[in-house]
Amino acid sequence: MTTEVGSDTDVKKEPEKVPEVQQQTDQPDEPADSAASASADQPQEESQSAEAKSDQEASPSPEPSSPPAAGGQKKEKGISRFLPPWLKRQKSQSQDKPDESSAPPKQESVEVVKEEQEETNQPKEEVDGGGAVTTSTEQTEEVKEVREESRAEELQPEEKEREEEKSIGSADTQPVREEKEDESEMEEKEEEKKEEEKKEEGKKEEEKKEEGKKEEEKKEEGKKEEEKKEGKKEEEQVIQQEASVLSTLKVNKKMKMVVCHVTLLDGSQFSCEVEKRAKGQYLFFQVCDHLNLLEKDYFGLSFKDNAEQRCWLDVTKEIKRQIRNSQWQFVFSVKFYPPDPSQLTEDITRYLLCLQLRQDIASGRLPCSFVTHALLGSYTLQGELGDHDPEEHRLDYISDFQFAPNQTKELEEKVVELHKSHRGMTPAQADAQFLENAKKLSMYGVDLHHAKDSEGVDIMLGVCSNGLLIYKDRLRINRFAWPKILKISYKRSNFYIKIRPGEAEQFESTVGFKLPNHRAAKRVWKVCVEHHTFFRLVSPEQPTKTKFLTLGSKFRYSGRTQAQTRQASSLIDRPAPAFQRTSSKRISRSLDGAPVVNVSDYSQADGAGENSPALELNSDSKSQQVEVMERPNADAATSITSETAFETDGAGAPQRKSKLRVQGENIYVRHSNLMLEDLDKTQEDVLKHQASISELKRSFMEATPEPRPSQWDKHLTGSPATTLRLQTHGVPQNTPPRPGTDSRDASKSAEVKPEGNEVIEVVEETVVIEEVVKAKPKSSTPEASVPVETEVKEERSLSSDSESEDEAEYHAQPPSTSISTQQIKEEPEEEQEAELSQQAPPSAIESQPSAEAADPGPAAEEEKAAQPHEEERTDKPLLTPDEAPNGHAPQGEAPPSPQTAAADEEEPHIVNGSASRVETEHLPQVICCSEPPVVKTEMVTISDTFAAQKTEISTKEVPIVHTETKTITYEAAQLDGNGDGEPGVLMTAQTITSESLCTTTTTHITKTLKGGQSETRIEKRIVITGDSDIDHDQALAQAIKEAKEQHPDMSVTRVVVHKETELAEDED
Amino acid sequence: MAGLMSGFGSFTHAVVRALPQSLAKEALRTGSLEVDLLKAQEEHDKYVSVLKHRLGLEVVELPADEALPDCVFVEDAAVVCGDTALITRPGAESRRKETEAMKAALTELGLSIVEMTDESATLDGGDVLFTGREFFVGLSMRTNQRGAEILADAFKDYAVSTVPVQDRLHLKSFCSMAGPGLIAIGASEAAQKALKIMQQMSDHKYDKLTLPDDLAANCVYMNLPSKGDVLLHCTPEEFPESAKVFEKLKDHMLIPVSNQEKVKVDGALTCCSVLVNRKKNI
Repeated sequence: MTTEVGSDTDVKKEPEKVPEVQQQTDQPDEPADSAASASADQPQEESQSAEAKSDQEASPSPEPSSPPAAGGQKKEKGISRFLPPWLKRQKSQSQDKPDESSAPPKQESVEVVKEEQEETNQPKEEVDGGGAVTTSTEQTEEVKEVREESRAEELQPEEKEREEEKSIGSADTQPVREEKEDESEMEEKEEEKKEEEKKEEGKKEEEKKEEGKKEEEKKEEGKKEEEKKEGKKEEEQVIQQEASVLSTLKVNKKMKMVVCHVTLLDGSQFSCEVEKRAKGQYLFFQVCDHLNLLEKDYFGLSFKDNAEQRCWLDVTKEIKRQIRNSQWQFVFSVKFYPPDPSQLTEDITRYLLCLQLRQDIASGRLPCSFVTHALLGSYTLQGELGDHDPEEHRLDYISDFQFAPNQTKELEEKVVELHKSHRGMTPAQADAQFLENAKKLSMYGVDLHHAKDSEGVDIMLGVCSNGLLIYKDRLRINRFAWPKILKISYKRSNFYIKIRPGEAEQFESTVGFKLPNHRAAKRVWKVCVEHHTFFRLVSPEQPTKTKFLTLGSKFRYSGRTQAQTRQASSLIDRPAPAFQRTSSKRISRSLDGAPVVNVSDYSQADGAGENSPALELNSDSKSQQVEVMERPNADAATSITSETAFETDGAGAPQRKSKLRVQGENIYVRHSNLMLEDLDKTQEDVLKHQASISELKRSFMEATPEPRPSQWDKHLTGSPATTLRLQTHGVPQNTPPRPGTDSRDASKSAEVKPEGNEVIEVVEETVVIEEVVKAKPKSSTPEASVPVETEVKEERSLSSDSESEDEAEYHAQPPSTSISTQQIKEEPEEEQEAELSQQAPPSAIESQPSAEAADPGPAAEEEKAAQPHEEERTDKPLLTPDEAPNGHAPQGEAPPSPQTAAADEEEPHIVNGSASRVETEHLPQVICCSEPPVVKTEMVTISDTFAAQKTEISTKEVPIVHTETKTITYEAAQLDGNGDGEPGVLMTAQTITSESLCTTTTTHITKTLKGGQSETRIEKRIVITGDSDIDHDQALAQAIKEAKEQHPDMSVTRVVVHKETELAEDED
Repeated sequence: MAGLMSGFGSFTHAVVRALPQSLAKEALRTGSLEVDLLKAQEEHDKYVSVLKHRLGLEVVELPADEALPDCVFVEDAAVVCGDTALITRPGAESRRKETEAMKAALTELGLSIVEMTDESATLDGGDVLFTGREFFVGLSMRTNQRGAEILADAFKDYAVSTVPVQDRLHLKSFCSMAGPGLIAIGASEAAQKALKIMQQMSDHKYDKLTLPDDLAANCVYMNLPSKGDVLLHCTPEEFPESAKVFEKLKDHMLIPVSNQEKVKVDGALTCCSVLVNRKKNI
């Protein structure tokens, strides 16, 4: 990963640097050679990416004049300041052996070049690895080393030695050789010979190595810069981003390339070759680059899914995964319609917006009156053709243009008539006028989605810059401005918004809509999240930034907000780019064969696209379990964090219940503790507290796809004493023995925000397969209880990107300071279930209190180490008052404590098997709260104002989803007694989530060290979500089979099948 | 040429209709008050006179039809916005024929006519509030959803939001536009509730002018080339408190117009005219 970062820049800089080296070494020959070689290798790169160059130039070169040997260290220091330990370490490795290694100078230069090439390979790995950055980097290094060694054998003995040294000493150099192998061994040998020749000049080599290091450093720096976006102009940043993006997708020779066809706004086709695993970003930036578009944040790429529905390409994710089986056919279009196009900086942006609007109008998406059609059409003519020329412009000159869905002669005449009146207007002015009028149209920028209201009436949901509009036929029957919306969520095929209570109202209400299917619900949810972030927030929440590892699929808008893009574009400082308008294009239209850009070129040119490292990481993080497993230790921290997050989620599960229980229940375990403490405090304090809590929660949620309540508790207890932790610790004590009571207390404190209704499970089916290796008694116990939970949790991740994360994001909202922050999240579907799982074992209930007390000690300790990370993350400044109230103290207690609950619980669990399962789920609720468990969820719906008027509070039970839950547990006999009091030491914990169409697989790997024995437990949860029937048996069989194949040395100890079905059929 | 949504309140023509004798006895009314026909006639003459002479509009006067006792309230028969006129289908059966004369008159003025032919649709112009940026359509005894839909189809440029109207005849029985972005609204609970809904439904911010009397909230705003902002509003005799509120609008040319008799048959100031903006260059 690190190497990738700045490769582009590095390469280009090299020639510049070389001279420096020369001066130092006083040997002009060598440097020149190296430079030449470098340049020879990279000509394409340079030519291709002008931006990259500029980027390089812009980026400060670290300590250019520092002497080679010392310079390296110095640099390192400088970098190290910013670098996380793992990065440092890697670096140090490479640097440690420069002196020792006697690589020929020339080689060095070559190496650099090759490095870049190699980098192309890396993307692959990254993609696959998906996991934590750290892991991937380390892994890649290792891999390289191995390869190196193997190859070394082929080389001459001397070389071998060097090679080995190098391999050990510097990871950087290695890649080069790898590449050579790939390309042609012949070349390699030649180069190596050269190297040998130049061996003599050890100094030079060293120096060059230094250069290489420098480059590395630069890369890293670049990375940092990108990440932090510090001290760079926006423009530069933009460029960097592009470059980085491009670089990310480097072409490995082995990589498979795919040609993407993008339909541009003028109707022309742009073709672009893309690596098969490339992210959306790459393609998008290619297109923007082709268009010479800087204000690109308003635009996006879309594709048609199998159902012919338009989907936006998520730029942070792999293209292939998004389009699935669809063709690599995309449409470039406006995603966010700027409410005031006059504020766009560049004419070219306005022009593209015009093109989009003309399409919208011609297709009927943007309805206009006759007069408006005529007026807009006339501006189109003026913009495209210039002044009306009576001789040249006969009536048929406009036949090429479509001004309206149904274009009449009358309309054309009117258009021409108006066109004549625009004489003297420049194309840019005409575009501006066009936009000034178009923006006033009521449907301007409204993204419509078919839906039904609670009563089954067909309506349309319109997402726009201001909020959510509800249409019935052509009439607007309601409108929810963003500030009014507290939360956006979806479950199954239902889409919900929680509305901030009005002045006179005491309670939040939730409005539910039924979408045609699950995917449609998710789509509208996503669009809402994006629009909300883009238009309402000053900056998107970027929880992921600080976190390298975010597990689980979560969705949030990661691009710039309108505010940011405006700021950025205000800094655009380039002469207005010349661009062809459609008419002119028409003349010279050979565009269909549009330029095919080869990714490989770019890849070489660019270092690594680290611009949005967090994003990429996130997306990647889901995949590659294997890698993770190999390196548990490295990832441990991250994994732990994720775990905690899961746990938190699990705590959240209780929320589902009713509003009454509300506040307390919804809350995540940690928070609940805090809440309890807060009881004595004033409302204000509570709010503050909540805010801080919400931050924590958010951070967790972001990171975690799956909730694990029990672990969570452990973490809390075990965690080093921070204020937060202390509080948490205190909780168990404070909290009444029974979970129910706790929850109440929490709710009281939390009163501020009742979270009422949410509940509808997205997940239709869940298969949980837990593999337990070396079953240790203690560990086993938690497992038993866990499975249920896990299942539930998984569901969340499945249905959508993690919901919880979403919440977190939205807390950040600028407008909302304390209480009023908006949350837009996917609802945790598992909530109900989660509760159950925690408390699930009926028998255990009473024992729980004790378990609680016990829990903190043992398990927690292990995880302590990991916690610090968590905390850091949690520190983010986001206030989510809403969430805070949710905090659940009681649940945290509830989690199955290994000691107490273990043996006893397990048995009952198993015994109850499937039958008990259902019951258990609800039981917890009963216990915790006075309210009875609810299987059926009702939503309050106020779909139109009329209805609202009639019923003041107007809550109806509406689209109700009846959920049927069925759980079957197969469990292997447990090895040891659960009752072991010994706390295991957690060595590593990892969670990996991968998501495909309707399947989410979460693998949770925990390594525990107990009494000298190490135990690895792998929990794998597979959640299959779908609108259609699923062959569970087959899925289960497949899952088990895979598990066995993957880990032949492990035994499958438990299989839990959890099935949820919506009884009320969604009509798809 | 004027762009979209510009020139709110600028009118060149007004279509009015004479008062039939039958109004006194047969006109529909929510109350049960006796109408003094002579006084009503006088009121109406003054009203027309203001439009014609004081404001200089070209007034098209349609003859009364004794068979249509409510025909003086022309507003309900048509909704005109820009160059388009929607001929309505009034909610009251007895008033359906009022549209014929109106249609002819508007056609004469060169407007493009849209007719509401759907048998299930009803719409009274009195339920249609055009703010210059969007429409609000009151769903009332006289106007239904379908009618609103057809209106939305007729004026595609604008958002059309529906507002439930309860306890009042029309939406404009308690509100109207008193200026660009300024909504005159009655103080009653029903009126305030409707306003809230309108505010919620709108992407735009409106100022409100709250009048103590709902009926006084019906006024006629115009923006005329030589006169600037013009407001026809209630007289102090009818609604002293509300009149004071209007008098605070310093920038407006305020013209109190008596409506004492017509109000007895639910006639308000806006009801008695259809204002049209016909520019010659279009």
